[in-house]
Amino acid sequence: MLTENDRAQLWMQMKAHSDRLFEEIQVLKPDGEVTGPVDDISPDVMREMYRWMVLVRAFDRKCVILQRQGRIGTYAPFEGQEAAQVGSALALAPEDWMFPTYRDHAAAMVHGQPLATVVLYWMGRMEGCVCPPGKHILPPCVPIATHLLHAAGAAWAAKWRGEPMVAIAYFGDGATSEGDFHEALNFAGVFQLPVIFLCQNNGYAISVPFSRQSASRTIAQRAVAYDIPGVRVDGNDVFAVYRAVRQARERAAAGLGPTLIEAVTFRYGAHTTADDPTRYRDQQRLSDEWRTQRDPVTRLRLYLERHDLWDARQEEAWQAEVASRVDAAVQEAMAAGPADPLAMFDHVYADEPWHLAEQRRELATARGGAHA
Amino acid sequence: MSRELTMLQAIQEALDLKLADDERVVLLGEDIGVNGGVFRATDGLLAKYGEKRVIDTPLAESGIIGTAIGMALNGMVPVAEIQFLAFIFPGLEQLLSHAARMRHRTRGQFGVPMVIRTPYGAGIRGPELHSESVEAFFAHTPGLKVVVPSSPYDAKGLLISAIEDPDPVVFLEPTRIYRAFREEVPGGLYRVPLGQAKVVREGEDLSIFAWGSMLRTALRAAEQIEQERGWRCEVIDLRTLYPLDRETIITSVQKTGRALVVHEAHKTAGLGAEIISLINDEALLYLRAPVKRIAGFDVPVPMFSVEDDYLPTEARIRQGIEETILF
Repeated sequence: MLTENDRAQLWMQMKAHSDRLFEEIQVLKPDGEVTGPVDDISPDVMREMYRWMVLVRAFDRKCVILQRQGRIGTYAPFEGQEAAQVGSALALAPEDWMFPTYRDHAAAMVHGQPLATVVLYWMGRMEGCVCPPGKHILPPCVPIATHLLHAAGAAWAAKWRGEPMVAIAYFGDGATSEGDFHEALNFAGVFQLPVIFLCQNNGYAISVPFSRQSASRTIAQRAVAYDIPGVRVDGNDVFAVYRAVRQARERAAAGLGPTLIEAVTFRYGAHTTADDPTRYRDQQRLSDEWRTQRDPVTRLRLYLERHDLWDARQEEAWQAEVASRVDAAVQEAMAAGPADPLAMFDHVYADEPWHLAEQRRELATARGGAHA
Repeated sequence: MSRELTMLQAIQEALDLKLADDERVVLLGEDIGVNGGVFRATDGLLAKYGEKRVIDTPLAESGIIGTAIGMALNGMVPVAEIQFLAFIFPGLEQLLSHAARMRHRTRGQFGVPMVIRTPYGAGIRGPELHSESVEAFFAHTPGLKVVVPSSPYDAKGLLISAIEDPDPVVFLEPTRIYRAFREEVPGGLYRVPLGQAKVVREGEDLSIFAWGSMLRTALRAAEQIEQERGWRCEVIDLRTLYPLDRETIITSVQKTGRALVVHEAHKTAGLGAEIISLINDEALLYLRAPVKRIAGFDVPVPMFSVEDDYLPTEARIRQGIEETILF
């Protein structure tokens, strides 16, 4: 029997172990050096990581501009979080199920969502919710943490049918306060589901800092309560994220169940274009610090250049390619023509009930019969 | 002292005055403190009243409503903010199974004096699930009161009444008119009683019932139709959706003999059905035409590129008026 004193000591030891166990894993340091061998990541994959990160950053900046110009609606920027999203998505197999939030379109694009589709989404167009045939990319989840259970369920179905695919759910630090986060981890643990829970802890749920979100020091340590693996990585380190997700994927595919990954990162900008971060944090200083000291794109470029995997000529060519791809995507989305209001009646059900058929006619008539 | 305020400013002022007036009042919600709320309804209140009174919570709607219930049980008067109406769903169990039933199941021993404020409705080019209008869910729940202001003056007076009410009140704030116009609002505490509708435009030919942002759309339609056809529509702002102000509704219908309900919520099983049923029960023999509903379509509130086609328009309301009067 443990005494009260024994228990107090064990508790202190457990906290110390927890601090070590959930220490932030870093492979690629901000100065472009690595903390150990990275032979398991091929130069081709490294270049692909870089190309994607540059592309999605340019896309993100373009969208912020489009919003300012009134050409798209409220937009949720992800700049600063490219490594977490690109690194994780590149570690997936093409058929894996992806459940993103409204800030995870970088991951979605890497996983196969066309750029133009993402623009359409932010233009308030329903076409923006649709992924290419054969892909398993769900529309951005707008409520918080609810989609973690969908990922668990999709993984469950794959396991039930013996299919090799896994599911990944993206979410933020705020989501870990919702009940659905805990229910998802619990189900995934009980039924040993092939699912990856990827938390991008960017430190703020809109204005609320993580210290106000939870008394636990890390998100990764929540895994302990469900007896599933928890990993904390430098979320701006694309190698660390890629490795953690690849390992989690291997475990899941091998029938070893779920993993919770916490990728520590920072959004450089606002929560959305409707938000003003200067109200709740020292925005200029924090943003500058992360940009200059921990930027995910810069450190990978330093590494690639140092190892002769990338040079100025390639950079120039890629920047030009990126600009034209982003422009082409925006043009394609803008050329979609006016949204068809009658499409709101499509797909409410597989078979249209009488009252919807009637209301569809009513709107068509009100609009001058153009679509009747 | 009287100034011209927007609805948002009037709401902020009501919260400010009640925090000053009653030490049991606390505000809690996501981003309501340092950030002042995503619409700034609680702007400046953290600085003025401190962290014990104006509480930034973790991101958890069930947590917010559930702990508010506990606070209310134990002598406080929580005013919770849910960031957008469609985000309230994780908290519905707390609201419907507990807040609404506590007084009843403890036979009056414990009450839950609390307010859930939440922005709602379409028309502001919001992202998905930022434009819902599900007031009927709450009006279908015995034990809750449901209040919707349509003007700055009423917003302040109704919110003060809601905070002072002994029962849980769902207070729905129409985002489309948060900043759309200003009107004179007295400076101090005043009350607009819950459960009382307001005749905002008098008329003899038809009664229009509306609330939230639809009130202004209905008023414009009524003005246009008077200019075009000379018909005078009475427009009634229901203000409290549950319990309804039966007397004002029936008195008006008995006078005009015709009625139209306008709401942006989906048509099927919306409040319009309940109002028509009430008219059916109390004023059937006064009616000269069937009572119409001009409502949001029975589709998920669409993304913003076509939300204007989802919402009832002046044209649709005018057509409803014409069909009713010419029936």
